[in-house]
Amino acid sequence: MTFSVIVFPGSNCDEDAYHAAKDVLGEHAEYVWHKDTDLKGADVVILPGGFAHGDYLRTGAMARFSPIMREVQAFADRGGPVLGICNGFQILLEAGLLPGAMLRNRGLKFRCEQVHLRVEQIDTPFTSACRKGQVLQLPIAHGDGNYFAEPDVIARLEQNRQVIFRYTNAAGEVTDDANPNGSAAAIAGLCNEARNVVGLMPHPERACESILGSADGLLIFESAVQSVKSGALVARA
Amino acid sequence: MIDPQVLERHGLKRDEYDRIVTCLGREPNLTELGIFSVMWSEHCSYKSSRVHLKTLPTEGPQVLQGPGENAGAVDIGGGLAAIFKIESHNHPSFIEPYQGAATGVGGIIRDIFTMGARPIALLNSLRFGSLDAPGTRRVLEGVVAGIAGYGNSIGIPTVGGEIVFEPCYAGNPLVNVFCLGIAPAADIIKGVASGVGNAVYYVGAKTGRDGIHGATMASAEFDDQSAEKRPAVQVGDPFMEKLLLEACLEVMKSDALIGIQDMGAAGLTCSTSEMGSRGGAGVEIDVALVPQRETGMTPYEIMLSESQERMLLVVKRGRESEVERIFDKWDLHAVRIGEVTADGRLRVKDRGTTVADIPNRALTDEAPLYRRPMSEPEYLKDARKLDVGALAPAPSPRLRDANAVLVRLLASPTIATKRWAYRQYDHMVRTNTINLPGLGAGVVRVKGTERALAMSVDGNGRYCYLDPRRGAMLAVAEAARNVACAGARPLGATNCLNFGNPERPAIMWQFAQAVEGIGAACRALGVPITGGNVSLYNETDGNAIYPTPVIGVVGLLEHADRVISGRFKESGDVVVLLGDGRGELGGSEYLKLVYDQVRGLPPALDLDRERAIERLVVELAEARLIRSADDCSDGGIAVTVAECCFDSGGMGVEISIDTTEISSDQPLNDAAALFGESASRVVLSVAAGNITRVLELAAAAGVPARVIGQTGGNRLRIATGGRMTIDMATDDAERAWSASIDSYFAKKIA
Repeated sequence: MTFSVIVFPGSNCDEDAYHAAKDVLGEHAEYVWHKDTDLKGADVVILPGGFAHGDYLRTGAMARFSPIMREVQAFADRGGPVLGICNGFQILLEAGLLPGAMLRNRGLKFRCEQVHLRVEQIDTPFTSACRKGQVLQLPIAHGDGNYFAEPDVIARLEQNRQVIFRYTNAAGEVTDDANPNGSAAAIAGLCNEARNVVGLMPHPERACESILGSADGLLIFESAVQSVKSGALVARA
Repeated sequence: MIDPQVLERHGLKRDEYDRIVTCLGREPNLTELGIFSVMWSEHCSYKSSRVHLKTLPTEGPQVLQGPGENAGAVDIGGGLAAIFKIESHNHPSFIEPYQGAATGVGGIIRDIFTMGARPIALLNSLRFGSLDAPGTRRVLEGVVAGIAGYGNSIGIPTVGGEIVFEPCYAGNPLVNVFCLGIAPAADIIKGVASGVGNAVYYVGAKTGRDGIHGATMASAEFDDQSAEKRPAVQVGDPFMEKLLLEACLEVMKSDALIGIQDMGAAGLTCSTSEMGSRGGAGVEIDVALVPQRETGMTPYEIMLSESQERMLLVVKRGRESEVERIFDKWDLHAVRIGEVTADGRLRVKDRGTTVADIPNRALTDEAPLYRRPMSEPEYLKDARKLDVGALAPAPSPRLRDANAVLVRLLASPTIATKRWAYRQYDHMVRTNTINLPGLGAGVVRVKGTERALAMSVDGNGRYCYLDPRRGAMLAVAEAARNVACAGARPLGATNCLNFGNPERPAIMWQFAQAVEGIGAACRALGVPITGGNVSLYNETDGNAIYPTPVIGVVGLLEHADRVISGRFKESGDVVVLLGDGRGELGGSEYLKLVYDQVRGLPPALDLDRERAIERLVVELAEARLIRSADDCSDGGIAVTVAECCFDSGGMGVEISIDTTEISSDQPLNDAAALFGESASRVVLSVAAGNITRVLELAAAAGVPARVIGQTGGNRLRIATGGRMTIDMATDDAERAWSASIDSYFAKKIA
């Protein structure tokens, strides 16, 4: 199966996602340049982390206009699994594929560290290999990861079970201390209503080998592989 | 037409002007004067330092590129080279902390990818005034945010470094940044221009009026007018640099390049003349073709601008369109601004009219060279006096208890965790970082191989203030030891020499002594200097910083999975001390904290012993016989052992240290035993089953090794001379260490 990793000018976790899919999982991976109009046979699309177009205006605000985003949108509309990591999540928000917006971290500083997150839902193509309530250790690295949406939007997300990951402590409890950026409802990751598009701020691709301090991120990639290979994409269910 | 005021504004001396006239055979015009002034500035010409730098060891079988290119390179096996360098951005960072530091990072990254290498790691070595002094927090916050803003955006992890606080840096903070990249050894690219008629291309950001005379500013002292020099600081654009990085690496793969150089200090002037000089060729450009972001710029301004993120390329004839196409893909426009000529001159035209015409060699190899007068500074006579035995009890009664001293040392900003800073740096991007910041040397694996590279930057201004030669040797030794403590064999070094005004004989003496010390230590430890940078004139209102050579050492692990860190791993492990504690308190953190004194002699250093210890630690790690290794430095063995316990969930340790002075058989006082900073010491933790083998190997290597205790429990307990002098919960010690720097930022700024 093929993971297509979109490369925007300013993407800087593209090689890491490619490495995780290809060298760690042993699947096929392709880079897709943002000016391209073909997803190169993608079974899964990854929007990687970085600073697309420099993010000088607002994170993801320019990237949504890249030509490839029309293809990503169409792929998502067909139920194809799309994963946005960090800047990729921000781009999905700007592109309207996921609801809400990102604010500056509440501490106003960039934060790079290991955090814990709890898997809230497992009926997505990126969490199906997890246990519900499982606590993962993944790194974050962002300055604008403070998720915001109006209360009615948050309520709808909760009701539709679209909150996929929440920041917690190691014991899986939501606490203020465990929320690294001030995100509303401690939201670390979301899916769309159809459940095939997932965005998260932490970096699963940085946690796929134990030598890097955690291999919990493999579960996210393995979920995608299982979902595609079993033909049981939850999105179509 | 060139009057004394004009010369002064250009930082040129009268005799230097006369030399210009001789080089040209006529009076220079203003554009030419500007070009000479930046190329002959201390920053670009190394005119005061070159005679000393020539004495440094620069060769070894592993060295692929020594000093003189954009960066140095060492062979790391498997056909790969590690390309690395350290550079200062001190002066700009004082004037505008965020941009000064950011553009420092941008500059060193360009030096690395210019050589054809993919940059994979950054380090930084920072020095500021006291953290509680007014202004320090502003500069610290700006510098750290600037490093983060640039490095994070471009996607190169900052994997380690050091931050030191000392009043002498209040008016002259030091911002030294290090970058390391990887390239196939056969594909290293150089900054040369050759082949008459080959096109000279300009690519990257447009040229503006920013940074004009930045190199000259970096070659002068500060006074209360310095804030007005802000326009001489450049503004960084990491996104542009990311595009340049990717596009240049793609162009380099094409084999269409003759040479490439970034436009750093002295911008277009330096890149054209240096590339021509290295290639034995001339370069002719027309400034009207240079992309400009402001209107009405004069040739003088265009040649001297230090706008960031610009590169100069010489392209093989017939391959121009190929190169242009690659830059177009990245939305960069490579512009042909001139060509290589045969006459060895830098010829600058403006719409066809010649506005400067100078032999390249006059700007580079024939720049002035000074053998400046030197004399031992007066202050040393008194400052070196220290009789530890005669020290009165600590002035503060609270600091007569070793537990209290340890807590205060752990909270001292120079020793306390720098998590506040490094968690602002993306230290994991590229998924290679296998020893995180704060654990000693930074370590990155090399994907596609079994190998990993360890790197550390170290310096100790206090030691160098008290004895620049020994202090510089200690800096080399500490950097190499830190690399060895990760399990890596030190391969090569780079140096960043931060000093005051070289026109003062006392400063020049410090400089010469330090270079001698670096040379001696690098020779003995097998780490040749492959490049670096000199930053002089670090003075404000006549007060110089401590002489501060900062050394970066790079080492190789044959097996990435055998990397170790300084932290204890398991309860019940045996703790071993390699090396001898001699209770040396000269220049120590203890003496500063308890007595508010910087005096005495820095610790003695036996280079043969140092080398033996480093080799032993690498051998033990490679054989998987040790679980951790930590260099014993600031704050002595008590601080080292405490830090070994941190980040492990409060694991404790109980150790007992000998307090008999090795050479004299005299008893040491507790403070000297606990907090003395004797060099060449390493604390190991060893699984009980391996201890016999470890001691045998140490004996075979001629390294003193003592079992001093065992990990376990949740208390930090240290006995000296059979009495328990330190006894506290590990959690309490860790809290003092981890909360310190954050607490300064929680306070209201006065």
